[in-house]
Amino acid sequence: MLNTDTMRPRGPIVIDIENITKHYVMGEETVHALRGVTLQIHRNEYLAIMGPSGSGKSTLMNMLGCLDTPSSGRYEFNGKDVSSMDDDELAAIRNREIGFVFQTFNLLPRSTSLRNVELPLIYAGVDPETREERAAQTLRDVGLGERLHHKPNELSGGQRQRVAIARALVNNPSIILADEPTGNLDSKTGEEIMALLENLYQAGHTIILVTHEADIARHARRTVHLRDGLIESDATSAATELQTLAFT
Amino acid sequence: MRFREIIAMALTSLGANKLRSALTMTGITIGVFSVISVMTAIGALQASIESGISFLGANIFQFAKYPVNVNAGGRNQKKYENRHNVSYRQALHYHQLMEGYAREICLKSFDFKGQAVYNGLKTTPSLTVAGSNSSFLTANSYTLAYGRNINDEDVALARRVVVIGKTIENRLFPHESPIGKVMKLNGQTFTVIGGLKAKGTAFGQSQDDICVVPITRFFENFGEANRTVNIATQSFSQENYNATFDRAIGAMRIARGLRAEQENDFDIYSNDSLKSAFTSIAGIVRIGAFVISLIALIAAGIGIMNIMLVSVTERTKEIGIRKSIGARSRDILRQFLTEAVFISEAGGILGIILGVVGGDLLAMWLQADLIFPFGWAIAGLVVCSAIGIGFGFYPAWRAAALDPIDALRFE
Ligand SMILES: Nc1ncnc2c1ncn2[C@@H]1O[C@H](COP(=O)(O)OP(=O)(O)OP(=O)(O)O)[C@@H](O)[C@H]1O
Ligand SMILES: [Mg+2]
Repeated sequence: MLNTDTMRPRGPIVIDIENITKHYVMGEETVHALRGVTLQIHRNEYLAIMGPSGSGKSTLMNMLGCLDTPSSGRYEFNGKDVSSMDDDELAAIRNREIGFVFQTFNLLPRSTSLRNVELPLIYAGVDPETREERAAQTLRDVGLGERLHHKPNELSGGQRQRVAIARALVNNPSIILADEPTGNLDSKTGEEIMALLENLYQAGHTIILVTHEADIARHARRTVHLRDGLIESDATSAATELQTLAFT
Repeated sequence: MRFREIIAMALTSLGANKLRSALTMTGITIGVFSVISVMTAIGALQASIESGISFLGANIFQFAKYPVNVNAGGRNQKKYENRHNVSYRQALHYHQLMEGYAREICLKSFDFKGQAVYNGLKTTPSLTVAGSNSSFLTANSYTLAYGRNINDEDVALARRVVVIGKTIENRLFPHESPIGKVMKLNGQTFTVIGGLKAKGTAFGQSQDDICVVPITRFFENFGEANRTVNIATQSFSQENYNATFDRAIGAMRIARGLRAEQENDFDIYSNDSLKSAFTSIAGIVRIGAFVISLIALIAAGIGIMNIMLVSVTERTKEIGIRKSIGARSRDILRQFLTEAVFISEAGGILGIILGVVGGDLLAMWLQADLIFPFGWAIAGLVVCSAIGIGFGFYPAWRAAALDPIDALRFE
């Protein structure tokens, strides 16, 4: 059974990391969070990163999102070496190319949904009218049209995560990075958030998702397992395998 | 990022901590207030003096034992104290030498512990009692409201007569005319022969609580020992002021019995010398105010730095969030710097407003014209910006330099 929705050609490589390591020196001992990870991610992939607690999932995710820098190894984003980028270039990538969704939402507590979602547009230099319109539209897209002027503490967990997703989306980035986006939500709300991510994937975004729940990882087309800072397995689901074959 | 956004952000975060922001602001306000109020008051006084208030009447100069700013003399103090008093005899000698060369020659000696009593009513025991002659009114810019002035005969006969100021009239004679009434001045009886028009205050002192009596009577009642006579001389016209002035110094030297090689053992007051004395006192007050407010502003600046450091720590997570969605280091730097400058400027503007109002109220009380010290106001704003930037920079830099991931992890 071939689902036409999932039949699409592989896009160009957007993330290309080779032998990435990350260690933290804590007094006498050194913690090796990543021990040499090599990974290539294409445009419009839906990838889940799984693994036990402490295996380095978040560390890898932060690295991919240009929030953290590796101890060694090479990282090319859209063909450009990240280690050679200055603060402004990294900020521009975080602002325009990547949308981050965190487990703990990370919203500004004193700002309304609208203001939170506007924030990336402010740093992108979008003018106030366009900004407000786009932020409001994005909030409506994630089903929060009625909650524009609520502050985070006036919203449910699921609603907060929708605000966070709207904020990640508002600048129309090509890649959405979600680190346990459903970790703080009940399973029903979690499914709603996953449906939202599925829509984004269908709309052409690249989705990279960290989770340790198999139910959640099932939504992804490709799953990478981490253990002790190393990739244990990297599997593409059968359906995707098939369509990839069909197009090569 | 646009300027408007930065301002809006600064306002939002300052608004979230209103009390704290206001307290930090107050430090700056006090510093700016102190300098602006003093500069306004002094500026107002100086403007009034330059625009023609004269300390003395027109074309008048005065000789006295002590210089105007005797306290500013410092180590010269002894020199003035060692001078001999100008005696009444010397003053009369001077008067005789100048007779016909000047319009008015006023000899005067003062006591500042006068108390007048009439019909059970009393004044405060701090009246100015002036022993003088007929020239006193002209030489000190008083005008007679009614009755008559002291004349030469009163002086020659040391008559017990008195011309009273408005305050005394109001206090002792609320329902009757004082003319011809016999009142007591420090226990001695005097007949009131005239009343002065109100003159108001000068430099914060009332000029209307004064009694003028013949100088001869003054010496008899209050004693001549340890008193010095001041001599005010008015030239006939503006044109011969300088000639009169030169002649007067010669006459004064003769009266004081000085030899050619001795320097003057008296001081000369003229409108010019009083103006320059005022200017030099004003200069000292200005420097004092400047130094005090500078210290206050530095303390306030440290307060700003402290509160900004606290703010950076408290908002580490916020900084991490902002960086994770694309804020550049310089956006964060600007945001925090703007907050610091905002606190400082708001405090400064408040300080300027209060300072100008306070200074002008003081100027009003001193009967000077009101001014707005543009130069100092602008300097105040510039200094406040400098303080905001200077003391806000380190905290802002700390915020900007935070590693995004460390900041995000901060709890
Ligand atoms: N700032 C840090 N300093 C020291 N050690 C760190 C730091 N951040 C992560 N680590 C260590 O690196 C390892 C990987 O951490 P990471 O957060 O990537 O795990 P994870 O796979 O996301 O786990 P979880 O599923 O619990 O979120 C852990 O052993 C952790 O203790
Ligand atoms: Mg994690």
